[in-house]
Amino acid sequence: MTSIGTGYDLSNSVFSPDGRNFQVEYAAKAVENGGTAIGIRCEGGVVLAVEKIITSKLLKPDANKRIATVDRHVGIVSAGLVPDGRHFVSRARDEAASWRSVYKGPIPVSALSNRLGSYVQAYTLYSSVRPFGVTAIVGGWDSEAELAVDGQVGSGPKLGSGGKVDGAKAGGPGLYMIEPSGLYWGYHGAATGKGRQAAKAELEKLDLSSGNLSLIDAVKEAARIIYVAHEDSKDKEFELEMSWVSSLDGPTHGRHEEVPRQLLEEAEKAAKKALEGEDDDEEEEQEETKDSGNSGERMEE
Amino acid sequence: MVGHGVSGMLGEDGIHIDMNHLKSGEVNLGTSIMAINFKDGVILGADSRTTTGAYIANRVTDKLTQVHDTIWCCRSGSAADTQAVADIVSYHLNMYSITNNESPSTQVAASLFQELCYENKDALSAGIIIAGYDPRHGGQVYSIPLGGSLHKQSYSIGGSGSTYIYGYCDANWRENMTEEEGIDFVRGALREAIKWDGSSGGVIRLVVLTARGAQRHLYLPDTDYTGPGVTN
Repeated sequence: MTSIGTGYDLSNSVFSPDGRNFQVEYAAKAVENGGTAIGIRCEGGVVLAVEKIITSKLLKPDANKRIATVDRHVGIVSAGLVPDGRHFVSRARDEAASWRSVYKGPIPVSALSNRLGSYVQAYTLYSSVRPFGVTAIVGGWDSEAELAVDGQVGSGPKLGSGGKVDGAKAGGPGLYMIEPSGLYWGYHGAATGKGRQAAKAELEKLDLSSGNLSLIDAVKEAARIIYVAHEDSKDKEFELEMSWVSSLDGPTHGRHEEVPRQLLEEAEKAAKKALEGEDDDEEEEQEETKDSGNSGERMEE
Repeated sequence: MVGHGVSGMLGEDGIHIDMNHLKSGEVNLGTSIMAINFKDGVILGADSRTTTGAYIANRVTDKLTQVHDTIWCCRSGSAADTQAVADIVSYHLNMYSITNNESPSTQVAASLFQELCYENKDALSAGIIIAGYDPRHGGQVYSIPLGGSLHKQSYSIGGSGSTYIYGYCDANWRENMTEEEGIDFVRGALREAIKWDGSSGGVIRLVVLTARGAQRHLYLPDTDYTGPGVTN
């Protein structure tokens, strides 16, 4: 062992004297290198988007998906080590299926996130494993309809059940982000990966808690935010992948799906235009300062 | 049935379900149970007779078992089996409400009952009716007969005594009854079941499940099953 470091960073299950688990912090570093991934939760549903850096010209465009469907109503996107993300998704699918086998219905997004949080946390406890090198964003829609028990026969009274309370809690969008430590929170808008700072700043501007953003607008904003977040690594080419899940009366009928080709292209076009607009503004500002500088010089002459 | 052993709960003909396959001395809920939907929720009802063969082991049994705040079940078949199943479901519903921070729906309870009854069908003798109320779905009635299938019904009757009241129920059942009408219907049906079925008897117990929670009723044979909320 070289004399670099204190030795407290070599294993899980060993705290440093000031109470940190370095392995978990290094896992978070792995996430910071990954392509930006974001999620937007609005009244009508959830949008997930990810910036896929193109590492080779030989890769087939549009193949190699990074957003996975976990159950019909839930999707996951992650930033960080891609194979870790795959394993995470596989576990998510197992959890969703296990819920279905016991409760004969779809798992609520909150319950799925809770189970995944517990799973990831367990990988911070033992010296025989390393933490997940991913931060995952879980987005889904809990059905607002009254769901039957899978496999049941019959439907009860023709008039429907008696004694229902109007406006009793019934489904809606869910967006959660799970970090390598196992920490997870629910979000209006979530961002992770390399461009997360820029993306978070943009997400905050959307005022998502007001509930005024439509799902279609959220798709366009998501595309734009990925483009904004990519500004700092402009030298690398990237591909945009987006998925969404809407309410039952929305475009995806409560299912998690890829954003349709046409809408994706539309959103990308708008995103590029918005960025060009920003660039123009900057150039104009620079010209203005140049002018004023020149005029200042002239006055001195 | 040459060359084939009799398996599961099928009788010697291999077709009909053997209703008398209890172990000798096993306690049986030769029973009349039912649950109905009404305007504000659900009503569960049951007689109170428990038998071991011809002997009445308990004449004031409570066959209406709570598995969560406003999710209850009516038990028929083996007393031991149905109590064990209800206990397991009760445990899981309790865990569900704690881990998910919300009360389970009646569907969740029904699917847990079904999973247990289906996966263990060869070992169990249990016919269960589940009835529950929650604010989102209102009142719901599910029935799980012997094989472990799940049926959502507007009302459900079960146990040996139920065979005598199919006609009564079909003739008198109406959707969207008031609480008083619902109680009268259940009480009237169970009175007939007790009258005709030798394995049913004792008192009539009811539970009313609505937004107000669970209310119990008790009707005694010595007053001809009259009591609170009943007009004759």
